[in-house]
Amino acid sequence: MESKILKIKDFNAYYDDAQVLKDINLSILKNNVTAIMGPSGCGKTTLIRAINRMHDFTPNARMEGEILLNNEDLYQMEPIIVRRKIGMVFQRPNPFPTMSIFDNVIAGYKLNGIKLSKEDRNNIVEDSLRKSAMWDEVKDNLHKKGSFLSGGQQQRLCIARALAMKPEILLLDEPTSALDPKATAHIEELISELKDYVTMILVTHNIAQAARISNYTVFLYLGELVEYDKTNKMMTTPKDKRTEEYLTGKFG
Amino acid sequence: MADKLENIKSGNMGRGNLSFRIFKDRLFKIFVFVISGLATIPLLLILFYIAKMGIASINWEFFINLPRPPGEVGGGIANALVGTLILILTSSLIAIPPAIALGVFMSENKTKSFSKWIGSGVEILQGIPSIVIGIIAYVWVVRPMGGFSALSGSVALAIMMIPFIAKSTEETLKMIPLHLKEASMALGVPYYKTILKVVMPAGLSGIVTGVIIAIARVAGETAPLLFTAFGNHFMSYSIFKPMNSLPLLIFNYAGSPYDEWHSLAWGASFVLVVMVLLLNIISKILSKRWKVKF
Ligand SMILES: Nc1ncnc2c1ncn2[C@@H]1O[C@H](COP(=O)(O)OP(=O)(O)OP(=O)(O)O)[C@@H](O)[C@H]1O
Ligand SMILES: [Mg+2]
Repeated sequence: MESKILKIKDFNAYYDDAQVLKDINLSILKNNVTAIMGPSGCGKTTLIRAINRMHDFTPNARMEGEILLNNEDLYQMEPIIVRRKIGMVFQRPNPFPTMSIFDNVIAGYKLNGIKLSKEDRNNIVEDSLRKSAMWDEVKDNLHKKGSFLSGGQQQRLCIARALAMKPEILLLDEPTSALDPKATAHIEELISELKDYVTMILVTHNIAQAARISNYTVFLYLGELVEYDKTNKMMTTPKDKRTEEYLTGKFG
Repeated sequence: MADKLENIKSGNMGRGNLSFRIFKDRLFKIFVFVISGLATIPLLLILFYIAKMGIASINWEFFINLPRPPGEVGGGIANALVGTLILILTSSLIAIPPAIALGVFMSENKTKSFSKWIGSGVEILQGIPSIVIGIIAYVWVVRPMGGFSALSGSVALAIMMIPFIAKSTEETLKMIPLHLKEASMALGVPYYKTILKVVMPAGLSGIVTGVIIAIARVAGETAPLLFTAFGNHFMSYSIFKPMNSLPLLIFNYAGSPYDEWHSLAWGASFVLVVMVLLLNIISKILSKRWKVKF
């Protein structure tokens, strides 16, 4: 029996008066990769940004319903605590351009003013870079600027930065859509390996990618959750007609 | 279709053949070159003339001596030099914190109507003639304090610097991509720390450049100092007393009937021009050096 780390209950989202998420109910299982799939504009980004409360900065966004992290309502918690427990990786790699690779990895501690001993700092940096499969590539250049890395490396650096906070959940919003195929393959491999440490929710446009690396898949369509199932089951025998049409490329 | 392709290949697009168009192109380039050359001639002449008149009076004494009474040779501009430095320092201290805060506020609250009001206010302030700002500082500072002072002059210069620095800070911070801010927020960093530790450092080169250019602009201002800092024939280090500055010295001595004072004024002009030039060069170098690539 796998434990449910995150429960989304009767969740609605609006921008101004337009409803973009309709009555979403969804439970995410711990130490799995859950892919969120669906055509452009169906609300994937809106849903995953709701999970770490990034909408707090969008003045015209309004959320209704509950999201429970280990049975505690995120919207009753301090948003800052929520974001430390639920990390996020964005579509475009966004390392801090003024910081070295080392400082980028521990940026979450530095910027928050959390004091660490030198030993802890070094351990966290090495551990996070190892988990994001970057340690060997950058261990000799830790004090160089992160913005000189390739796009794929920058994205892995961003993953390392998120992992350094030891989050319970990692949200990834189309993390490979700005990368070339080789870098994409590298990140996909990484995501598969990271399952042991962290629960991941991955937004993707790419059906093949969802099939390769996710255990569960959510299909969203026009703001509705159409289907949620084990990935291999959904890919082979979708229950809903709309899922089938999406998977066979009828729209998207 | 095939016809058109042939035309493109032979460079025969529309009217005129290729060599004629290249000729026109050359002609236009030469024209632009000559015109811009002509336009810079007066500028170079001014610089040359100031240098010629100024360098003659510059030597070590010129920097360390006070002005002498008419008829005596060997006077210097030490008091004006010190005065300009103190005025710039004081006005920067007054102007920089609120100006940067204003710039941050305007770039962070683009959509709020309150911030648009402030934006127009800043623009209007930028357009007010400097002599008027001098009068305002006279009414606000000189009268209540009961006398001319370097402080009142600094207030006048600060009022001129604030809109400029605020605008350049706003423009700089607006260029900083949102995804950088989101990266910080997503790590659980509070909003104000994100602004202070992520957004502002990323815009540091632009902010500093704006400050330096603002200083270069007010360094040569005379009008706002006429009834505030007022000028002083002697050395003064107190911001509560009247103080001389390079432009005030130039203004007072160039209008005098004495040759010695004229040459002091030329020397001071040269020093002022070099100072402003240096500030501009420094700002260019810094903005390149500290440029952040996103
Ligand atoms: N800040 C906003 N204000 C108003 N409408 C918005 C805003 N952000 C998104 N929307 C709208 O909400 C809907 C859902 O957007 P969302 O970004 O969640 O879709 P998505 O599934 O992530 O799409 P994509 O695959 O293109 O990234 C879209 O119709 C979009 O136009
Ligand atoms: Mg999206």
